[in-house]
Amino acid sequence: MKEDFDAEAHCDHMAAVLGLEIRPEWRQAVIDNLKATQAMAEAVLTFPLGDDVEPAPVFEP
Amino acid sequence: MTAEILYRPAPAIAAAVAAREISAREVATAAIERVTAENDRLGAFTDLTFERALEEADVVDAKVKAGAAPPLAGVPYGVKNLFDVAGVVTRAGSRINRDNPPAPADATVVRSLTRAGVILLGALNMGEYAYDFTGENIHDGASRNPHDPSRMSGGSSGGSGTAVAAGMVAASLGSDTNGSIRVPASFCGLFGLKPTYGRLSRAGAFPFCASLDHVGPLARSALDLALLFDALQGDDRRDPAQARRPALAAMNEVRRGAAGLRIAIAGGYFRERGLPEAFAAVDKVAAALAVEREVILPEAARARAAAYVITTAEAATLHLDRLRKRPADFDPAARDRLLAGAMLPAAWVIAAQRFRSWFRQAMREVFAKVDIILAPATPFHALAGGTKTITLGGVAMPARPNIGIYTQPISFIGLPVVTVPVWLDGARLPIVVQVIAPAWREDWALRVAHALEEAGVVEAPVAGEKESVR
Repeated sequence: MKEDFDAEAHCDHMAAVLGLEIRPEWRQAVIDNLKATQAMAEAVLTFPLGDDVEPAPVFEP
Repeated sequence: MTAEILYRPAPAIAAAVAAREISAREVATAAIERVTAENDRLGAFTDLTFERALEEADVVDAKVKAGAAPPLAGVPYGVKNLFDVAGVVTRAGSRINRDNPPAPADATVVRSLTRAGVILLGALNMGEYAYDFTGENIHDGASRNPHDPSRMSGGSSGGSGTAVAAGMVAASLGSDTNGSIRVPASFCGLFGLKPTYGRLSRAGAFPFCASLDHVGPLARSALDLALLFDALQGDDRRDPAQARRPALAAMNEVRRGAAGLRIAIAGGYFRERGLPEAFAAVDKVAAALAVEREVILPEAARARAAAYVITTAEAATLHLDRLRKRPADFDPAARDRLLAGAMLPAAWVIAAQRFRSWFRQAMREVFAKVDIILAPATPFHALAGGTKTITLGGVAMPARPNIGIYTQPISFIGLPVVTVPVWLDGARLPIVVQVIAPAWREDWALRVAHALEEAGVVEAPVAGEKESVR
């Protein structure tokens, strides 16, 4: 897991970017969820994939 | 026989109605009485459609009289309240959506079942916006477990589990994105079918995660599932993810037995972290099938992680406008995760979708060697209502997102699953096993489920039937 992921700063920045209200009583739970999701994402990102592996959803025109 | 009829499996109800042993109106009336008596205690239904039920029953009785009994004649059922039902507000478990006008028409799958002769009793309780494994809902209260009302029904199709296990209805429709049919099936002890991704139309079902959402039935036998599945299939251009595949004739296949199918137990990840009952149930089913072989589903933990990332991001994007305008009106249990999900870097989400392609290919290779995989569905029996934290493998974690650790990697790549309910010796609660088939082979999973039922290894009694003899 990346030790330098600052979930608090990420939460505050992205809330502003997206125009989301994060009330003080909600903030810690949002941060906890961001940390949990970051750990999940890290598990995926550390798995080596060939350049030919495309994302799963395929758009059919 | 009017109250007793509700305890019968769907094909038996339909046969009795077709043979004019009982009228569909009598079945509807019995179901209405049972729902009226039990619903306050169990919290299964949020919206009742009794008038419609009686009208549908009269239509069925007229068809029977004309010698044209439909396949599900007079079978009482309910739908998770994210399915559109004409004239009913589709609340999707939320406070916000109940400000919408009533649905102008039925969802495609509701229409299909109506044509097949079912009787709709109403819309069923669910976790808010389906982001849930508990069946608890801050707006509507919890759907409770009929086998022990102090326990969770499981979610998010909680009322769909409660109503069937309580004998209010013979069957229900639910949806499953990460386990929302299979978890309530496990906690309430039911047969559930999560079909292949893209098999059944989701048009008119309020979405959760477009790339992961499935719809399917819960019932009390494998034959019920086969009969319902045959009625639910059909091409629908209104669902952009529906695959254009020929329909299976499940009722023609379901009785063919498990012989000839190569069956294995999922090892590794699927033998870790659960409580003893989860593995004992798998072992009981495997023993009945004389299966000892184990297969490893490669990178299952990563598959679960990737599903988690995609889920939170897709759901948050769907709800972004509501999160901006009405954040205080969400169930807090969903709001925290949706707010966080809106903030993910695109690289995390797209990496998860790329990993999904890798995992699909890896599982195709596994299925070149086996036809059916057995795995636990929930790591434990139904949790006590209100449980916030669980301990798995010695690690304490939030309950709500982690009940589906064994279901999530499977739906991640859209594999069909039939759940089979096991009552372990001395157990006061059921637990299911996932019977997992390769894509588009729902019939294989149904065959195994029916064979296990015939062997007396799995069963889905109405609550009270089982406890009374224990």
